[in-house]
Amino acid sequence: MTQTIDRRSLLRAGAVGAAGLGFSGLFPAWAQTGSLGLAPQMPTLSGEDIHLKIANTAFTVGGRTGHAVTMNGVLPAPLIRLREGQNVRLHVENTLDEDSSIHWHGLIVPFQMDGVPGVSFPGIKPHTTFVYEFPLLQSGTYWYHSHSGLQEQQGHYGPIVIDPAESDPVAYDREHVIVLSDWTFLHPHQLVTKLKSEGGYFNRQRQTLFGMLRGGPEESMSASDRAMWGKMRMDPTDIADVTAATYTYLVNGHGPQENWTGLFRSGERVRLRFINAATMTIFNIRIPGLPMTVVSADGLNVRPVTVDEFQIGNAETYDVIIQPTEDKAFTLVAESIDRSGMARATLAPRMGMTAPVPPLRPRPTLTMRDMGMGSMDHSSMAGMDHGAMAGMDHGGSHSMGSMNMRDKSLVPDSVKVGVGVDAIAMSPVDRTGDPGVGLEDVGHKVLTYRDLMSLTPNPDTRPPQRTIEVHLTGNMERFMWSFDGEKFSEGVEPIRFERNERARVVLINDTMMTHPIHLHGHFFEVVNGHTGSYPRKHTVNVLPGGKVSFDLTADAPGDWAFHCHLLLHMHAGMFRVVTVRPLEGEAA
Amino acid sequence: MKSLLGLFLVGIATPVLAQQDHGAAVQQAPADPHAQHQVDETGGDPHAGHDMPPKPSEPTDPHAGHQMPTAPAKDAHDAHVGHEPGIPDPPVAPPSAAALRGPDHAADAIFGAPAMSPAREIARKEHGDIKSGMILIDQLEAVIGKGKDGYAWNAQGWYGGDIDRFWVKTEGESRFGESLESAEVQALWSRALDPWWNLQAGIRQDFGAGPDRTYAVVGVQGLAPYWFEVDGALFLSDKGDVTARFEAEYDQRLTQKLILQPAIEFNLAAQDVPELGIGSGLSTAELGLRLRYQFVPEFAPYVGVKYERAFGDTADFRRARDEKAGGWHLLIGIRSWF
Repeated sequence: MTQTIDRRSLLRAGAVGAAGLGFSGLFPAWAQTGSLGLAPQMPTLSGEDIHLKIANTAFTVGGRTGHAVTMNGVLPAPLIRLREGQNVRLHVENTLDEDSSIHWHGLIVPFQMDGVPGVSFPGIKPHTTFVYEFPLLQSGTYWYHSHSGLQEQQGHYGPIVIDPAESDPVAYDREHVIVLSDWTFLHPHQLVTKLKSEGGYFNRQRQTLFGMLRGGPEESMSASDRAMWGKMRMDPTDIADVTAATYTYLVNGHGPQENWTGLFRSGERVRLRFINAATMTIFNIRIPGLPMTVVSADGLNVRPVTVDEFQIGNAETYDVIIQPTEDKAFTLVAESIDRSGMARATLAPRMGMTAPVPPLRPRPTLTMRDMGMGSMDHSSMAGMDHGAMAGMDHGGSHSMGSMNMRDKSLVPDSVKVGVGVDAIAMSPVDRTGDPGVGLEDVGHKVLTYRDLMSLTPNPDTRPPQRTIEVHLTGNMERFMWSFDGEKFSEGVEPIRFERNERARVVLINDTMMTHPIHLHGHFFEVVNGHTGSYPRKHTVNVLPGGKVSFDLTADAPGDWAFHCHLLLHMHAGMFRVVTVRPLEGEAA
Repeated sequence: MKSLLGLFLVGIATPVLAQQDHGAAVQQAPADPHAQHQVDETGGDPHAGHDMPPKPSEPTDPHAGHQMPTAPAKDAHDAHVGHEPGIPDPPVAPPSAAALRGPDHAADAIFGAPAMSPAREIARKEHGDIKSGMILIDQLEAVIGKGKDGYAWNAQGWYGGDIDRFWVKTEGESRFGESLESAEVQALWSRALDPWWNLQAGIRQDFGAGPDRTYAVVGVQGLAPYWFEVDGALFLSDKGDVTARFEAEYDQRLTQKLILQPAIEFNLAAQDVPELGIGSGLSTAELGLRLRYQFVPEFAPYVGVKYERAFGDTADFRRARDEKAGGWHLLIGIRSWF
């Protein structure tokens, strides 16, 4: 068993990665192209003591080399493979000249081991080692990444697989880990500066005059609708803040040209463990010609549901089973949500085989629904005259033209509608049944949150006792992002829970972007209609103009981070501390 | 009323239909419905791995939720959801008293406040307290018209957070080979008023031909509906003269890189300022049209035209100097920012 490998061989394995196995020494073994899949003999990191070294490294993609911050010299970081029920000590050495940290994303750990500097611990100072130690209480697909500065953008992320203590309810013959990410040769602070200078800097797919005259799927919006969006100073093509204008999208550290290839034997049941480790990219994933059966979400098993495509927000994980029965290659396509680019990989019986790579689909255009106008969808808006609109205007007698896009009366007083809030959703709707921006009409089955049901019954079926409303707010133009209109840096109050209380958190997205919202230290139940079998997640995508409710049992005492996992949104202020009291050992 | 009743009935009937669909889907499924689940080796019971008691609101068949690949995409599942109310939202309420007890910062008990306090301050700053800056050379152009060719510039730069910024603006023009005709520099404090508008106040210093004046400045700069960039300011000179300026420009994207920018500028004065050749009322107006090609957003050469003219006493002052009241110019320039 892997657990019996001694510490020195682990160190060696971790440090050199797969250098001995191939020329491409900068990838860990599991991420090598031509991978046969994860195997026990593979030099992954496992056992009770694991050593990780954070360092500056060069990283090459598309023939160009840039600066990366990596763990054990590889990007993505080594696969950590553990077993449910074991204890683990992770010795993390920071060789950088700045603070660093590792957050074990999705793992249920004591708060002081959660790895968020300034919240759970002081961070790992330069040239020191911090030892994390905790028991593994769960199984599934997770990942780990820096929570310091913007190091995650520089390559500081890797996968975690935890095998169940009991037999795995998911049957498979072979497995591959698929770590999706976005790479830029710009320093992450340059990304921030450019976005602060020009909110739409990276958007090179805007509506244009010639485009409108030419027509086509990306330019189908009518002139009057364009004027309406313009009046509101909103760009219906603002789907992603950072795009392929600077990003190379990676599968297991490989760009589209490098074409990471995972092997299978025809007829096998292949488990793909998808992890979206990207900084600013939500991906749409499909394998043309192969349906995917989703068997777990965010590490926890769900009732199998077969889809042709799914959207994966930053930090979400999905395990799917594919069963290719032909002796041919398949292309794994992970389009960025704005379709400015894609990560691409190949699944094939033999190395060197490829399948056609489909072209990027047309850039989606935001609709009235994304603007928080609920059921007033785009097409019905277009044909509607202003008189008809007036009746929908929350009792007002305004025409469409004078609609108040920042109506403070629609939000509680706790929401500060100031400079950082450019819109308030007028009638946000539950969009857990929607497949995601741009996927409404793709002609095949796309996963929605309503398709997800926990494989096991929810552990806590107490009805929630109170509701906490959290508004996701922003200003696209100034690149400001916040919860309830206040940036974390403004010294906001934590969101407080009593230990073991059962509460419902309603996330209302007042912005026109999809936000993957992550709560540390807990799994929560996404309220999607399947009472008692809600999918349990650590990260949930909230669609623009939509809302998501989740029920939470606040059973993890301590202080926890709660934030948007679009890293630059978090960096811009979309972050809160969640407290759960009383702490361990305190009187209730 | 009848139709309402009909809708109501459909609403009731749909879950039933949906459940029938479920059944149909399971029957249609050619594959082994347990295919996704590894048979528990020890148990022998093929369902053991499921560990899934029936849901109260679902048919007792534990496979009901599987949604076999053959099931049409949007039927059974969605139908269920649309009609299953679930647990309604409980009232919005503040945290309980117990939630408010205990230490402010959990980690202090383990790592000590001396270690945690500075880390907390870093975390605060790293989540929203971003300082950034920009230098925008909006216009740097050769001005070609009747008479001697000249040049002009219009640039600004800022540094600061989201709300408060230090802002510098400069503009000026002259003729090639002659001493500086007119130039000004403004140093402003800028404060965000709302998502799009900034209040700006500070001083302006003029240089060049004629008396150098110093002004107090108060203005508003921002983004108007329909994406117009607008800048309006009032100036009070050290001689007590009041003038004002209003500028607006609009970027019309022809393609992703080719952008046509109409721009207007009006200068107004509350009184005649003969030393500066300014007449009261609308003193000058300028209409510009620039076509730029953005090789990258930060660098865009352009060609353009502008029509500039003086009105009222300002025009008379010009004529008195043997100048024309207004005229057309051809522009060749560069727009750049970093």
